[in-house]
Amino acid sequence: MNIITAKDLCLWYDTLQALKNIDVEIPEKTITALIGPSGCGKSTFLKTLNRMNDLIPGVKITGSVCYQGKEIYAPGVDVSELRRQIGMVFQKPNPFPMSVYDNVAYGPRTHGITSRVKLNEIVERSLRNAVIWDEVKDRLRKNALGLSGGQQQRLCIARALAVEPQVLLMDEPTSALDPISTSKIEELVTSLKEKYTIVIVTHNMQQAVRISDQTAFFLLGELIEYGNTEQMFSKPKEKRTEGYITGRFG
Amino acid sequence: MMRSRFDEQLALLNREIIEMGALCEEVISLASTALSEGDIELAAQVTPLDRIIDQKERDIETLCIRLLLQQQPVARDLRQISAALKMVTDMERIGDQADDIAEIIMSLNGRTAEEHSHINEMATATMKMVTDSVDAYVKRDISLAQAVIAYDDVVDECFVCVKKNLIKMIAANPDDGEYALALLMIAKYFERIGDHATNIAEWVVYSVTGIHKEIKI
Ligand SMILES: Nc1ncnc2c1ncn2[C@@H]1O[C@H](COP(=O)(O)OP(=O)(O)O)[C@@H](O)[C@H]1O
Ligand SMILES: [Mg+2]
Repeated sequence: MNIITAKDLCLWYDTLQALKNIDVEIPEKTITALIGPSGCGKSTFLKTLNRMNDLIPGVKITGSVCYQGKEIYAPGVDVSELRRQIGMVFQKPNPFPMSVYDNVAYGPRTHGITSRVKLNEIVERSLRNAVIWDEVKDRLRKNALGLSGGQQQRLCIARALAVEPQVLLMDEPTSALDPISTSKIEELVTSLKEKYTIVIVTHNMQQAVRISDQTAFFLLGELIEYGNTEQMFSKPKEKRTEGYITGRFG
Repeated sequence: MMRSRFDEQLALLNREIIEMGALCEEVISLASTALSEGDIELAAQVTPLDRIIDQKERDIETLCIRLLLQQQPVARDLRQISAALKMVTDMERIGDQADDIAEIIMSLNGRTAEEHSHINEMATATMKMVTDSVDAYVKRDISLAQAVIAYDDVVDECFVCVKKNLIKMIAANPDDGEYALALLMIAKYFERIGDHATNIAEWVVYSVTGIHKEIKI
């Protein structure tokens, strides 16, 4: 089943058209990699999936994005509920300047959960799912900013998981990390596929090959090719895809 | 064009494959001429060339593995390098089999295979298959590769004819059993060389289309 379907999606920043007639279907509980050169619209596309672009003045969007069969740009959609179900993890780990515990409990609290017992349970489960529990269980009350970069990123993933989303959007989540932290995040993302749908922007071709089920290649706001990752990296259909993934653009 | 160093190394890989292919043609040609002329000195030239073929296999493997490690190739580059890595194994076997043929020829004390024209036909056919399969790789020519694959049937048919003739020969001339067996083995080695050329052609098809024996890999 497809959990997200974008149809004929276009987006303008004032006069600049950043997305051109994008059609993408994202199957549930899979990992989709978005690749393409800087400025091709990957982040923009990612943000249209949970309406993060709404906040930017001058943005105009046409076409449609359906989440679980419902148009997310329809009037009356509860955007904060949408963003709870479709969470986001950014390139640079951005923990809040508060304790590890409070970082993870932050989302559930804003959604009205106050029970200590319930919060404890959510915090532990989220940290375990993000494979960082063992590293932080003795320092839950310490400031999150004292963690290493890789730990901070896994904490941010735990924070995203704490509100029980269905989809995780990740924008280059490992580009600021060392190789060991990177492979930990890759393992983590792969294990999350059991319960969540993941859409991940990456500049690392090998990472796309290692972790994703399907890959979308963007160029100048257009979706050039979308399909099974292994097939795309062994025999791409489009010359432009081949040029990009083999590192011989043009 | 970026990645010029990588492209240079891919060009080097191509040249190495062409050289190895040329060496394979040469050993088959030596073996087949030695057989038709009963020329033991010619047959003796095969073994040193086979050693060079073995060395080429190692060199090409090393180059391919280094390229896989350093360049993490994808798409067409990945297909080219992995096809090369598979092809050299078959080329190396071709060298071994030509060497085996040469060794048998040397034991024949100058006797030729004249009256068994099908063996000479096999020799010519397999040499063409090897030449064409390497050519197909270099030119990325799928139809040439497919012609090689189809041509294997011709070699197989020749082998059947050789066998029949040899059976007749043994019946008519029981004292010549050893000679007949030697010729049978030579024919069998040529038949195997045809199989290896077919394998090479199949990897050529993969490197161009991404499909190996009808399976997408
Ligand atoms: N907030 C913004 N305002 C105006 N233009 C933007 C904004 N964000 C991105 N863009 C432009 O939109 C295009 C796509 O950007 P982006 O989606 O960030 O690409 P990518 O993530 O693939 O690097 C670029 O030309 C970029 O300059
Ligand atoms: Mg971006």
